[in-house]
Amino acid sequence: MADARPPALVELRGIVKVFPGALANAGIDLAIYPGEVLALLGENGAGKTTLMNILSGLYRPDEGEIRVVGERVVLRSPRDAIERGIGMVHQHFRLVERFTVAENVLLGSHTPRFRLSPGQVLEHVRALGARHEIALDPRAYVGDLSVGERQRVEILKVLYRGSRVLIFDEPTAVLAPPEVDSLFAGIRRIVGEGRAVVFISHKLDEVLRIATRIVVLRHGRVAGAMPRAEATPGKLATLMVGREIPSRPRVAAARGSLRLRVEDVAARGERGYLAVDGASLTVHSGEIVGVAGVAGNGQAELAETIAGIRAPLRGRVWLDEHDVTTRPAREIRERGLAFIPEDRHRQGLVPAFNVVENAILTCYARAPISRGGLLRRRPARTHARRLVEAFQIQASLETPVRALSGGNQQRLLVAREAAQEPKVLVALHPTAGLDVASTEAVHRILLELRARGVAVLLVSEHLDEVLALSDRVLVMYRGRIVHERPASHADVDEIGLYMTGVGEPP
Amino acid sequence: MSEDQLVRLLAATIAMGTPLVFAAFGEILAESSGVLNLGVEGMMLVGAVAAFIAVVVTGSPWLGVVAGMLGAGALAAGHALLTVTLRADQVTAGLALALFGGGLSSFLGKSYIGVPNPAPFAAISVPGLSQLPILGRSVFTQDALVYVSYVMIPLGWWWLYRTRPGLHLRACGESPGTADAMGIGVVAIRYASVIVGGMFAGLGGAYLSLAYVPAWTENLTAGLGWIALALVIFATWNPLRLVFGAYLFGSVEAMGFRAQVLGIQANTIVLRMMPYVATLTVMLLLAFWRRRLAMPSALGLPYSREQ
Repeated sequence: MADARPPALVELRGIVKVFPGALANAGIDLAIYPGEVLALLGENGAGKTTLMNILSGLYRPDEGEIRVVGERVVLRSPRDAIERGIGMVHQHFRLVERFTVAENVLLGSHTPRFRLSPGQVLEHVRALGARHEIALDPRAYVGDLSVGERQRVEILKVLYRGSRVLIFDEPTAVLAPPEVDSLFAGIRRIVGEGRAVVFISHKLDEVLRIATRIVVLRHGRVAGAMPRAEATPGKLATLMVGREIPSRPRVAAARGSLRLRVEDVAARGERGYLAVDGASLTVHSGEIVGVAGVAGNGQAELAETIAGIRAPLRGRVWLDEHDVTTRPAREIRERGLAFIPEDRHRQGLVPAFNVVENAILTCYARAPISRGGLLRRRPARTHARRLVEAFQIQASLETPVRALSGGNQQRLLVAREAAQEPKVLVALHPTAGLDVASTEAVHRILLELRARGVAVLLVSEHLDEVLALSDRVLVMYRGRIVHERPASHADVDEIGLYMTGVGEPP
Repeated sequence: MSEDQLVRLLAATIAMGTPLVFAAFGEILAESSGVLNLGVEGMMLVGAVAAFIAVVVTGSPWLGVVAGMLGAGALAAGHALLTVTLRADQVTAGLALALFGGGLSSFLGKSYIGVPNPAPFAAISVPGLSQLPILGRSVFTQDALVYVSYVMIPLGWWWLYRTRPGLHLRACGESPGTADAMGIGVVAIRYASVIVGGMFAGLGGAYLSLAYVPAWTENLTAGLGWIALALVIFATWNPLRLVFGAYLFGSVEAMGFRAQVLGIQANTIVLRMMPYVATLTVMLLLAFWRRRLAMPSALGLPYSREQ
């Protein structure tokens, strides 16, 4: 590591950041050199994002120093960081949806200083896009753009400010595979200009594809660092997780009676289009039925219709031979359906409530937690403590769920639903955005439920996840189930064709 | 209706609409930055009484304007402190401000009731333009503050939509997290917008006690501050559309006064409800056209970085 290198663009030394109840960064040293793609790898909650928020001036470190080209600096605000040439492409885009691309690019920069003449502004932004081979209409409203396009606006913004260090926070989490390719091409162009890119991720394969150097964080510390040439997936996974990932023995479970039957359901999506258009499926006791498909083909709407939180246009849903179509969600839950929604912040948990309150959200009205219409604190705490211990959730009972890492939030949500002793569990992207260990934990819970005779409907974008867990695999495309196979006979290539609409219509 | 009557009606329409133009423009500034300030009525009243006291003491109507703007601005600064720094609920703080301003103005103005204004703003005819028939005569025979409002509106629109500070101000109202990440001082911009917005409300109040009435009585604004709030929604936060709304209401008021003179049978109470009916209609339409016209996305939401 002591070879002749150009001086570091940015150096972080002994960075410590403490949040209430959590040590996010526990003394991190990091140097960033021109022309490199430095991957910052780590599980959710390892402190990657916190570290980069410190570098981009959003947070102040409690200890440690930051040097930019050798000079010690104090970054009081994002503006300070931007002026020092450090720009962040945020995971959750920092864009104003009701502004145009051009307005978003100009936001917060210094040129032009005062007067914004529309023609001149458009020309400016168009020229910048052309220089960096980023194709975007500067007049388009950001609210109308696809996710990939929005990310390009973010990159354009950072380049417009002349940043020399660009931080990408989990940039691929929201992208479709072809968009990932074009992002990577863009990143290579950027470092080719002598800039540096910090690539934050918890996806091993992507890090191995794009990085020139890899730093692994664990529990707020640097667990290891190596050039790309020396990295192997096994080495990185061990550094990230701190232990070998246990392989899962598959136990065949006896398929039992019919629990969930969906017949010819149609439903509208958020924007009024027909998201589900005649979907039918069945799930039996003791089996996991996996629904594969590219996100946005009606999977979420179908799951929500089953759970009773979206009204179908037509079709029927039976739960244990009871027709529950258009019944209230609460009644459906009482009949034994548990539901893991897609967006845990909006539909699954109440971020401002603490762990206990969230743990009892689906059982507060029943004994022993409710007695005579009153909540009883002790049984509620006991229930929550049982979940926290059984599912290894790292949180105290009084912590607001908002303060938990994504992985711990999801564990709490899945644990709560599993603890309902459901007959049917509908799980919508239950591991999206989770690190390796939390994904494992969620998988374990799903398999345990299956072993106990629960009928599990698993919707996931990750085909390997669907194949690893399911007994039967369905493919959803444009609102219909277009393909069905027992997992033992599933053919990945065939499924891929059906997912992209190339497969023959059934 | 004779030409003279029509000119008087139009002139009265503009005069009646002017305090609304000032106050509602100030509120557009504050709301565009993301801070709802329901205290317009209170700020107008304090502006009116401060302006009146200043003109009585100094004899200068322009010093009156300055005093009115400073008085209301001080009240708005209190709102900014509560809502931006201390992140108090904006609705509650604004309502408190409206009530407090009302009480404060009554208290300060007690001994000024019935005192004549020594130097009211008088109508100035713009040479040439005021000779033009009907519109020229009514639009260009007004006092100095009305001319200020003519200049302020296009300038205000230009500031909001064609300058960098305006872009940054609107960004704070749309997405303060984004603005902050872009290095824009959200707190400073919200303070400035609320305070300057309050000063415009004060200017609206000062217009009443210095030019329109021109005297001080208790509760001089008689609900104009609330109508200004409604006009902001009616105008969908656009200063140019605001002018139409303000003069539309001004015409309703002006007609109310003249209805009997002109022998027209009109129920003034019903007429006075019109701005609110119009506002409710606009809100209904907004529900359908949410995308482009809707209110600043972060309106009413306090901003804190480390969450």
